[in-house]
Amino acid sequence: MNYIRITNHQTIPVSDIPELDYKSFFELNTGFIIDHPERHCVNYFGYHEDNHIKLICCIADDETHEIYVSSCCTAIQSKLQAFTSKLLCFEKFEREIHENFGLDFIDHPWLKPVRYAFNRADKTKTIANYPFFKIEGEELHEVGVGPIHAGVIEPGHFRFICNGEQILHLEIQLGYQHRGIESLFLKKKSILERATLAENIAGDTVVGHTSAFSYLWESLCGYQASRDMHFSRILALEMERMAIHTGDLSAVCTDIAYQLGSSVYGRLRTPLINFMQEWGGNRLSKGLIRPGRDQFPFTSGLAERIKNIFDAFEPDFNEISDELLKLPSVLSRLERTGVVTPADVQEIGAVGMTARMAGINRDIRTSHPYSLYPELNHEPILKHHGDVYSRVLIRRQEVNQSMAYVRDLLNQLPEQTTTNTELGKPKANSFTLSMIEGWRGEICHCAITNEKGDLVLYKIKDPSFHNWLALALSVRNNEISDFPICNKSFNLSYSGHDL
Amino acid sequence: MLSFILILIAGAFFTGIIIRTKSVASGRKGPGILQPINDVVRLFKKGAVYSGTTSFIFQMAPTIYFSSVVMAMMLIPFGQSKGLISFNGDFVFFAYVLALGKFFSIISAMDTGSSFEGMGASRESLYSLLAEPAFFILMGSFALLTGYTSFQEMFAALHLGSYISYAIAILATFVLVMIAMIENSRMPIDDPKTHLELTMIHEVMILDNSGFDLGLILSAGYLKFALYGAIIVNLFIGMVPYPYAIPLFFVIQFLLAIIIGLIESFIARFRMSHNPQFIFALTSVSLLIFFGVLLVLGKFI
Repeated sequence: MNYIRITNHQTIPVSDIPELDYKSFFELNTGFIIDHPERHCVNYFGYHEDNHIKLICCIADDETHEIYVSSCCTAIQSKLQAFTSKLLCFEKFEREIHENFGLDFIDHPWLKPVRYAFNRADKTKTIANYPFFKIEGEELHEVGVGPIHAGVIEPGHFRFICNGEQILHLEIQLGYQHRGIESLFLKKKSILERATLAENIAGDTVVGHTSAFSYLWESLCGYQASRDMHFSRILALEMERMAIHTGDLSAVCTDIAYQLGSSVYGRLRTPLINFMQEWGGNRLSKGLIRPGRDQFPFTSGLAERIKNIFDAFEPDFNEISDELLKLPSVLSRLERTGVVTPADVQEIGAVGMTARMAGINRDIRTSHPYSLYPELNHEPILKHHGDVYSRVLIRRQEVNQSMAYVRDLLNQLPEQTTTNTELGKPKANSFTLSMIEGWRGEICHCAITNEKGDLVLYKIKDPSFHNWLALALSVRNNEISDFPICNKSFNLSYSGHDL
Repeated sequence: MLSFILILIAGAFFTGIIIRTKSVASGRKGPGILQPINDVVRLFKKGAVYSGTTSFIFQMAPTIYFSSVVMAMMLIPFGQSKGLISFNGDFVFFAYVLALGKFFSIISAMDTGSSFEGMGASRESLYSLLAEPAFFILMGSFALLTGYTSFQEMFAALHLGSYISYAIAILATFVLVMIAMIENSRMPIDDPKTHLELTMIHEVMILDNSGFDLGLILSAGYLKFALYGAIIVNLFIGMVPYPYAIPLFFVIQFLLAIIIGLIESFIARFRMSHNPQFIFALTSVSLLIFFGVLLVLGKFI
């Protein structure tokens, strides 16, 4: 076999990943995805190995619950046929490899910088001379928004080409938030430093990224998390999903100037994040999750608190949601706005909520189950229209679903068995891949260690990495004044993309 | 003179009442009624900052805008007392002196060279253009009904008697309220609270104005509200004596502010492409008034 099948959170020796020549690597990986809608690329990256660049491609298969990993060695400065020439979903990954290592991809339609990494190959490419797409025309005009925005949000530049009020094309230029997280992971040696780094990949997905890191690290060290650790992580993940979805519903209401929804959802989010503060001392759940530790044991007192909070939350949440989703002025803003067709979503390999809103069943909780999710019998919520309304509806229903899961979990509180031991050194020469379904979608962390058990590569992929393109596609032929609600309905992360 | 003073007083409270209504409707306490005035006073104490790409037009536009509103205020009568200026056909002058102010605010927005402000300017001019026929058909109908062409004489001669005239008054109130919402860039046409440049109309045009200039524009906005409120009041007070008319003036202004606050609290803004349809529909309501007037006068065969 010219690839290896692994499961989620599994550690294998690096030498077990078959190494192919580029031609068969190309055919294998494009062949995996063409005509297989259940497969998509979860990570494709390169790293320096001796005087070569090693490319590793990970394709997830949702039906067999496996991940197909293959690799290829290529010389620096080589010219390669781009995967993108056949499949658009590799577009971002190849741009990133091109930016970091200077590999030239032939027939890549859009070989532009991704995030201006500090250690990029071509230092003459800077954020100031980004090659924007241009359309010439008397009746067209360009509108540039950002990188500094009117609200308190992260920096990113949006360049619209408009015909009057209608958007023809949107190009999103990111990279203002680059902090070099992946190289910091190699530099910072202590586990606390690394866990803190993982927490700060994206400020709104603290639990998602920290759990991905924790599962990965435990797998690398050959440690089995106990039930109470699983319990804390899943509970925190679902609470995070609820809190962020509720906050986003409030933000959507603000953007369509529906004041009632905006203030009610805003008020509903507060008890959820305040509970996280009660539990772990931080409203964004920072410090809650650590590899090999159950930092803040979940007590029956806390369980009682959650039940009370939910009893107050649920009726109000359902009432305002029913009100919102039947108000004609709201529906006229949400329906048929910002449509991405299922075909486009499939083609760009979007993940998480963005895939599910167009009827594509892509949810790591069922496709690559981990932790306690098999017990919860998770059924992904699917919508089919791909418009803002679908995304709002998914949020609304996922909040209810997560609430049911949390209540389920609380029915059988685990015993405290974790002893908080120090994890040893990671296994030498190993490769691990860890995927978590955060509230935005699949988070994928990969790590490779050398013969001493030190990290030589830490690769992070936030769902925003794929999904930004979905936003750019969704606004085409929409009014420019509808861009803010399209943007809010996706609510993608700048820092998660820029790393 | 009386109406001028009354409008000034009403203008001081109007926006504060809207904001307070919205706050209460969303379960908050909200700022004091006089907060908008405090804001303007604070702005008046500041100097203005001008961008290097703007010309003298940008600097003089806020003053012209403000004075156009003050000029329009002088034309408004109050019951039997005339406005400071009153002549035959003054309602045409009223509409175009406001349009002059708006014209200057539009070209000053274009003057900044910002793509946002250009978009705002084009939206604002489209919407005022569409709202204009509604206003003129309405006023023209009143002129036809009463046989006079100045505000004071028209309103003094309006008599609510028959059923049709009640219908006309209700429709006219609706049209005037909606024109007031459009002219003041309120919901459901525009959202004054948004921070998103891409969805703004009026707010985006004044992004570059600061300090004293911004104070002028904001206070002109407050007065404009009371101005349209005063026209609506005039529809109803007719020859009512002052001791009743003056409290009635404030009651109607107050109710108007509360209605606007409630509208803004409980519905979402229109989709931008639905705005022209909505505004144009006002013209057909005005036409209904016109036909009503023809019926009253027995000119329909």
